[in-house]
Amino acid sequence: MDKLLNDFSPGLFVVQTILLLLLIFLMVKFAWKPILNSLNEREEGIQDALDAAEKAKLEMQNLQADNDKLLKEARAEREAMLKEARELKNKMIDDAKTEAQTQANNMIAQAQAAIESEKKSAMAELKSHVSSLSIEIAEKVVRQELSNKDKQFELVESMLGDAKLN
Amino acid sequence: MLFASTIALAETPVKDGANDGGQIDTKTEVEEYILHHIQDSHDFHLFSYTNDAGERKHIGFPLPVIIWTSNGLTTFMSSEFHHDDSGQVIVEKNGLKFTKIHSKIYELDAGASTVAFDEDHHATNAHKVLDFSITKSVVGVLLIGLLMFVWFSRLAKQYKKKAIPTGFGRVLEPLVLYVRDEIARPNIGEKHYRRFTGYLMTVFFFIWILNLLGLTPFGFNVTGQLAVTACLAIFTLIIYTASGNKDYWMHILWMPGVPILIRPVLALIELAGALIIKPFSLLVRLFANISAGHIVVMSLIAIMFTLKKSLGVVGATSLSLVLSFFITLIEVLVAFLQAYIFTMLSALFIGMAVAEHDHDHDHDDHGHEIPDAEDVRADFI
Repeated sequence: MDKLLNDFSPGLFVVQTILLLLLIFLMVKFAWKPILNSLNEREEGIQDALDAAEKAKLEMQNLQADNDKLLKEARAEREAMLKEARELKNKMIDDAKTEAQTQANNMIAQAQAAIESEKKSAMAELKSHVSSLSIEIAEKVVRQELSNKDKQFELVESMLGDAKLN
Repeated sequence: MLFASTIALAETPVKDGANDGGQIDTKTEVEEYILHHIQDSHDFHLFSYTNDAGERKHIGFPLPVIIWTSNGLTTFMSSEFHHDDSGQVIVEKNGLKFTKIHSKIYELDAGASTVAFDEDHHATNAHKVLDFSITKSVVGVLLIGLLMFVWFSRLAKQYKKKAIPTGFGRVLEPLVLYVRDEIARPNIGEKHYRRFTGYLMTVFFFIWILNLLGLTPFGFNVTGQLAVTACLAIFTLIIYTASGNKDYWMHILWMPGVPILIRPVLALIELAGALIIKPFSLLVRLFANISAGHIVVMSLIAIMFTLKKSLGVVGATSLSLVLSFFITLIEVLVAFLQAYIFTMLSALFIGMAVAEHDHDHDHDDHGHEIPDAEDVRADFI
């Protein structure tokens, strides 16, 4: 310990203190501060670049997603349009069919009605014809009867047979 | 390098006047030589040789001596001592007589013309002066300071032009990043580390490069000087004491969560720890490791002479070479390790001083140990 204390040089201590203070001051001012600032700037720059790249990637992904969405929407729209067109087509066909059906039915109904009325008029004509015929027969019967009773009956019966044939 | 250092040391004689023959063969001479080497010296000595006329020649250059004497500041060149280190040569300057004993400059008392020694080899009629000389250590500090300044200011300039340094800057940048990211940031914390990084980096590179310089044959032993390590440790002490926040002082002076009666005792212990033990451990660790490294390397080199008789020239030399080679490799690691430990502990102490305590977290830590911690802490908060 005595030897150590003897070795301790106060002068060297003072000189070293001054030199170290000077060295720290100079190094901080001319070396460490600019170096650390540059390093920090560089690190921040790298970080910023990485962040920007990450952001760009995200944006790209968003864009891609948007595109996909648009594509999907377009596809869906096309599908919908196609479907609508198909429905429209079917509906038109159906409509046309029903209309044709109703028209046909109407025509059939009209035709039937016309046939019915023709038939009625024919029947009416026939009836009037029959009545006039029967009156004629009756006139002839009455005339015959007036002459011969048997012959009158014969005549009525032949007349009726004729009438039946009609 | 190692071979060169071996040769240089083998041919360097001890500069003690008593040993002017220049040969170091015996164990005592080796011990003296080693102890002399780990001390600071007033001249830059490279090597010595004995010429044909049997005269001892020393090659190196003198350094200026600047001392504060009883007659004020006195300066002269160390060459005036003629490499004497035992108080034989007396230099007269400014009306005063000076001599150098074991690398320390003494001023002779008035009327004395030679140094008188007592039986412990202490000078009785001379006293030490305050020595501000540009010693070998100061040269080392200046050299490394200049080197660091040139290297790192050039690196700083490189960043102005481009983001990535070229050439030697590529070597320095990872080191700077290492100190910042592995020492300063984790120990001090993200919020405060920037304020202290400058100091930590300066200290780290200063110690590391000086440690490495100490392994060269130039024989610097700057970080093995108590004055230098003490200065470094006191800088750290001042920094963490000055930047200590309220929490830090509260934990030192009036430890929360501890019975009142124990607090003054704890405060004493904590104060001694913060103001004496921490810096003392820093200064002694660095000094002892580097000095011990130098002593071990030189002792192993000295095996060449001390074991020459028992192992023969070839045996002693090869044993010495192999051992000192491996120890030098380890010393290269120690040079880095000690710089790292000093800087890391400094950062840790600073980190403890500026730490912002998370009290909620502390509750969990201390709550189990001390039952009434909650109540005391509630008062504290």
